[in-house]
Amino acid sequence: MKLKAPERVTWTQSGFCPGCGHGIAFRLIAEVMEELGLSDKLLLTVDVACCSLAIECVKYDTIMCAHGRGVATAIGAKKVRPENPVCAYLGDGAAYSIGMAETIHTGLRNDNVVVITVNNSLYGMTGGQMAPTTLPGQKTTSSKYGKDPERCGMPFNIVDAYQGFKIGYLARGALCDVANINKAKSYIKKAFEKHMNGDGLCYVELLSACPTNLNMQPVKAMQRIKEEMVPYFPLGEFQDNTKEKKEEE
Amino acid sequence: MAEIICAGFGGQGVLTTGMMLIDAGMEQGKNVLFYPSYGSEMRGGTANCSVKISDKRIASPVCKHLDILFTLNAPAIDKFEDRVKPGGLLLVNSSIVPEDRKYRDDIKVVKVPATEIAYELENPRGVNIVMLGAMAASSDLFTADYLESAIDNFFAKKGKNNPKNALCFRKGVEAVNG
Amino acid sequence: MAKVLMKGNEALAEAALAAGCRFYAGYPITPQTEILEYLSWRMDEVGGVFIQAESELAGVNMVMGASAAGARALTTSAGPGFTLKQEGISYLAASDLPAVIVDVMRIGSGLGDIAQGQGDYWQLTRGGGHGDYRTIVLAPASVQENADLAALAFDLAEKYRHPVLIASDAAIGQMIEAVEIPEFREHDINKYDWSIKGCKDGDKHKKIQNVYYDDPNYETYLSDKYAQMEAEEQRYESIDVEDAEIVLVAYGVSSRMATEAVEMGREAGVKIGLIRPITLYPFPVNAFEEAKEAKAFMTVEMNILGQMVDDVKLATGGSKPVKKFGSIFALPESEDILASAKEFLDTVKEGK
Repeated sequence: MKLKAPERVTWTQSGFCPGCGHGIAFRLIAEVMEELGLSDKLLLTVDVACCSLAIECVKYDTIMCAHGRGVATAIGAKKVRPENPVCAYLGDGAAYSIGMAETIHTGLRNDNVVVITVNNSLYGMTGGQMAPTTLPGQKTTSSKYGKDPERCGMPFNIVDAYQGFKIGYLARGALCDVANINKAKSYIKKAFEKHMNGDGLCYVELLSACPTNLNMQPVKAMQRIKEEMVPYFPLGEFQDNTKEKKEEE
Repeated sequence: MAEIICAGFGGQGVLTTGMMLIDAGMEQGKNVLFYPSYGSEMRGGTANCSVKISDKRIASPVCKHLDILFTLNAPAIDKFEDRVKPGGLLLVNSSIVPEDRKYRDDIKVVKVPATEIAYELENPRGVNIVMLGAMAASSDLFTADYLESAIDNFFAKKGKNNPKNALCFRKGVEAVNG
Repeated sequence: MAKVLMKGNEALAEAALAAGCRFYAGYPITPQTEILEYLSWRMDEVGGVFIQAESELAGVNMVMGASAAGARALTTSAGPGFTLKQEGISYLAASDLPAVIVDVMRIGSGLGDIAQGQGDYWQLTRGGGHGDYRTIVLAPASVQENADLAALAFDLAEKYRHPVLIASDAAIGQMIEAVEIPEFREHDINKYDWSIKGCKDGDKHKKIQNVYYDDPNYETYLSDKYAQMEAEEQRYESIDVEDAEIVLVAYGVSSRMATEAVEMGREAGVKIGLIRPITLYPFPVNAFEEAKEAKAFMTVEMNILGQMVDDVKLATGGSKPVKKFGSIFALPESEDILASAKEFLDTVKEGK
């Protein structure tokens, strides 16, 4: 097990809350970049809100985007610099609510970008409101008596939504224990490998803890991922396709 | 400054006519403008465009006082005859406009059986070219020789060449000059 | 390059390519759609990127990514669609990113109508999105200007690292005139130090974000930037202004009828002139210094409320009466403009 932090992770205070999954996710990305030799080349887009704090804690060329537009912005950058790895990093509110059109259409087009969506089942930065990923009965600041699926729908599942599309790679990991974190890293690594191979959209969702807004101890918040989130958001690899290369004209 | 409206049924080539006219003007170094019918003017079944050709800078894109009204059907005359300047020219496709139609008496009306001529020459899409020949022969906008070559040039730029166009054009000239 | 006949919208698109623009993302909306259609095939020919985006929002944010990566990037829209782009324009401005955004204006609020109009002066010149920003706004009045200003827009956007807007309109976009497309130039995406390209030294990684997060002198920086724009970028044309008692102020398509009204008025002995702003922001206040004899000003614009009147009042320090001549759906008639101007001038002279 490697303990030394990757060079591209800074030692300044990150801004993330204690026990937050974002720190783990970014460390995994940084490790993968180092292992694949892509640290010098990565272009990153981070959504507003908690994701945006990353701009100060990982050292890649980064765009801080409008809420829900990180995927669109990443596509713009990738088209201009097709040789660079380009990754959009966003939360579940960005991906599955305000940026849903971008999420669906990038799947439809099978754009050649990496998308990493951190799903913590609520809106973190704004103080813990209900999200499309909020679990039935889950109490949030905007679902005081628990989310009512009759009124608000069941948790949004990207694996179901992408079923009709053939994309490069689709996986879901959980940042809840060592085994799952290592598994999640392998998904991220595969996503970037396939991305560099030009296989199309490589999408990884990471289930993550938000102890602050769940009002839980960090360990408890991590246990909740496995106990309460995974039943709605199954883990694993769901799509793995190779893009047929067009013959050079 | 020449102000021209070209109007007829959609498919009779009135927009192409406008394009040929401004191309001919541009090639002579004149300022030109083509303004398509837009918005509410698009309703009503006629296709039309406004054309201005001038030695001076062209200000307004609107044609209000027509030197030439180039029509290929009756509704076009209904719609725009009022806008022709006194002494201006109205070109009428007598193949499909009733013979007993009355016109303003302060304008010059030139009637040419353009549709018949084009069919006789086995170039049914050349109705507008016949009428352009008639226009050249009955106005001093362009000489017949120049406009004929300009039309050739217009199609050549598009990579098209139909020798029957020249025949149509000359028949149009003859229809006026006799 | 020889003159060719082109539609205004197409000339704008071709001129953008000539200026080195190799990235376009847009969404169909009348009367802008010819730009999107033209670039959908023409961009391939020049080896650029064309994306028909899923929404105006996605389109403008794709442009943001392309711009951050160093490309000359363009998006275009009209009226209601342009409104949706405002969020992205605010982000571009905040992040010091160049980009060119075109509004081929129509009329009305809400859906309004596709008819020719100039309904968007306010949303174009006042920033439009959230926060402390405005953008340079260029207003073409001919097909040639549609081309020339499109090319200029990219240069200005990079000069200031700032989005630049083009206020075209349905009439200018749809009309065909002879145009000379500016010469083709190549743009190097690595030309600028600020663009993202990947970094070898992590400590020097680029952060495309609100400039004030990192700049302790942001207030001065921002004030100076706008002061420079206002000092250096005012553009206008003036016609018969020096001895004019009544001065028309008009841009874009309505300036063409206003020009005709001035010609007619002068023939009839009316002391009438025209200031035609080519930049709507910065508003060409310098032009008004020439109007020494002016007793009144009248804007000619294709909207109902006279959106430009406030700017004329500001440019003249509120010293002279200002009114608007508005029209919607149909282009204003030059005779009506002249009659209205004369009547206004008489009223002012009589001190009514």
